[in-house]
Amino acid sequence: MARKVPEINAGSMADISFLLLIFFLVTTTIESDKGITRRLPPIDESQEEVTTTIKERNILTVIINSSGDLLVNDEPMSIERLRETTTDFIDNGAGTGEDDCSYCRGKKDPKSSDNPQKALVSIQFDRQTKYEKYMAVQNEIMAAYNELRDRVSQGLYGEDFTQMNEDYTNSTDDKVKERLQDRIKKIRELYPLNISEAKPEEI
Amino acid sequence: MAKFSKKKSGELPAISTASLPDIVFMLLFFFMVSTTMRDSNILVEQRLPKADQVEKLENKNLVMYIYAGPPSTRYQRQFGTAGRIQLNDKFAKVSEIRPFIIQERESKNPGYRDKLVTALKIDRETNMSIVSDIKDELRKAKAYRVNYTVNVGSPLD
Repeated sequence: MARKVPEINAGSMADISFLLLIFFLVTTTIESDKGITRRLPPIDESQEEVTTTIKERNILTVIINSSGDLLVNDEPMSIERLRETTTDFIDNGAGTGEDDCSYCRGKKDPKSSDNPQKALVSIQFDRQTKYEKYMAVQNEIMAAYNELRDRVSQGLYGEDFTQMNEDYTNSTDDKVKERLQDRIKKIRELYPLNISEAKPEEI
Repeated sequence: MAKFSKKKSGELPAISTASLPDIVFMLLFFFMVSTTMRDSNILVEQRLPKADQVEKLENKNLVMYIYAGPPSTRYQRQFGTAGRIQLNDKFAKVSEIRPFIIQERESKNPGYRDKLVTALKIDRETNMSIVSDIKDELRKAKAYRVNYTVNVGSPLD
């Protein structure tokens, strides 16, 4: 007759696994992999002075001083109003003739931009400006563009631009990717991201 | 005569804890899977700024990381509190960024070299002078795609 093996007491199992659990809880840092993606402009290697003149009404100048205060087109402004101001500026569509913007819904103020292709947002900052303030401005300008792109995308395809962009990143299906790519490209042409950053100087 | 005698007293039966290890193991596995061990030791403060217009990084293998910020508390006695740049495991000068990018690019599969993204993990209290210097170096190294890594949230509050 086989000897009966005594049962192993599993009571301490919970303690052991709790210990491991606590170790992982403490060491885990869920890393952030989200951010604002940008393309830096290439360095102009030609020494020639480029003389493309941009009309003043097509530029929205955002100046951030060292304490994080904003000056937008020579007017002090709070960060809360920047998004709206930028949207109004890009979507103004005052141009006529070949500069006409058929999908713009702005006020057509003759003192503001002609069309989104010509509209340029220029960010200037001080060397002492905090990164946090700069990112807040970047975020608000990006939000303004995303708002307009979502709107035009809803009109054309019945889907948000930001959603399509996200789907494009997450999708593994080539067919879906191809279809989305064309749409994304089209909308990026309608509202191109024209942001320029001047070299910081003492403001 | 009562057929069923009442139980002796209202003593509660002990709750079986046999399934407790299973539950804890489940949690344990969740944390084990979701943990990403850092490959480099962070020497600078990493309180990332907040933003909500974010995009996710497409492929983690194609990301080069540049950290910047004031040195962490335990390094402050040695390195001071002024903002510093960190590449791989050590503090670096601005001029070291270009060789770093070139080296990283060399280590990747040639087909993917133009898809590389530089993730800038910069502390929110850093001065823009450092950020601007980093960006200049990246432009010189022709690494144009950048991602300013942030914590998701509204920057306005």
